[in-house]
Amino acid sequence: MSRTTIDIWVGFFVAIGLASLLFLALKVGNLASASSGETYTLQARFDNIGGLKVRAPVKSAGVVVGRVSGISFDPVNYVALVTMQVEAQYKFPIDTFATINTSGLLGEQYVGFEVGGDENMLKSGDTIKKTQSAVVLEKLISQFMFNKAAEDGATTATKK
Amino acid sequence: MDNALLRFLQYLGNQVTRRIWRLGFASRFFLAIFLQSGTAFRRLNLTLREIYFTGVLSLIIILVSGLFVGMVLGLQGYDTLQRYGSTEALGILVALSLVRELGPVVAALLFASRAGSAITAEIGLMKATEQLSAMEMMAVDPIARVVAPRFWGGVVSMPLLAALFSAMGIFGGYLVGVQLIGVDEGSFWSQMQASVDFRQDILNGVIKSFVFGIIVSWVAVFEGYDADPTAEGVSGATTRTVVTSSLAILAADFILTAFMFRGA
Repeated sequence: MSRTTIDIWVGFFVAIGLASLLFLALKVGNLASASSGETYTLQARFDNIGGLKVRAPVKSAGVVVGRVSGISFDPVNYVALVTMQVEAQYKFPIDTFATINTSGLLGEQYVGFEVGGDENMLKSGDTIKKTQSAVVLEKLISQFMFNKAAEDGATTATKK
Repeated sequence: MDNALLRFLQYLGNQVTRRIWRLGFASRFFLAIFLQSGTAFRRLNLTLREIYFTGVLSLIIILVSGLFVGMVLGLQGYDTLQRYGSTEALGILVALSLVRELGPVVAALLFASRAGSAITAEIGLMKATEQLSAMEMMAVDPIARVVAPRFWGGVVSMPLLAALFSAMGIFGGYLVGVQLIGVDEGSFWSQMQASVDFRQDILNGVIKSFVFGIIVSWVAVFEGYDADPTAEGVSGATTRTVVTSSLAILAADFILTAFMFRGA
């Protein structure tokens, strides 16, 4: 095999190798959708974040507007401190309501912004005042069961 | 009785000393490759030739096994996920398992048996037929002329092959999951894109395959260079290449995974 033929094959090999890397980066990974643009930092304190993870999406009206960049525990107030990077093109009013939602019954958890009506906008480093914790399914179920049991107990008591 | 015990201890000590001696020699050899790799880059044709032999000729086995591994992942993943009614997550399952683990590891194992063994046999036979000594007689350093191009050829080929393996596997998972079984195509791709992170998953996979490339190429050229210059010695060295590099790949994979994915 002459040298030029080898060159063509090696070139072909390197090209499809790089192409598959590109495929992995753009089609499989989130490099294309990851915003390379400017972001600003917002913080929010939650009583309970449930199963929220770092890199979980921040959504407003269902559209991804940012990502959770850090989760830490506030040892003074005993609450969870969630740091988010929100894309700079989206501004939110100061009375925006941050909630932790679940997509679907078993889906991943995300931070949802319900936009308020204030004219002042949140700036980088601001903390969102109004928050609602994650709904813990087990608590709901146990409350329901207790209520049910209490009702049953009451009805049997009146029968006697 | 005492004699047998003594001989056993002697045998044990001999084995341990020999292993340590070989490890030391292998480390010095590794350094020597780096010091002597100027030729491999200056005369790029030497390295290109090795990329052809280790990379291009491994394409078929890598692509075909990648496709089948992906297709099996698609079938098995669907079978388990449908019990929980979350078959849309099939894309995540296939992509993450390939990009993080199966791509680098299986491609490296295939590479060790397909290309590593060939490198060892080639260098070992060169040593057995005294071609390496002949080079030294002509004041050509065999490490620079023979070993370093093969080493770098393997190091360059491995990440590309692993990326091809992963891409092919994801395509196989797509074929089975979407085309054959009928998972929704949109959620297959979009859920995959939402959960596969470029830096965390893909780049770490590339780093893994790069490390595996170094390990396999190093073991292969060392075993060939260190082989007993006989037919038996070459065959033993070839076997050792496959065994040692496979074990080293799996061990290194555990260590790298422990560092990369600590479940943050």
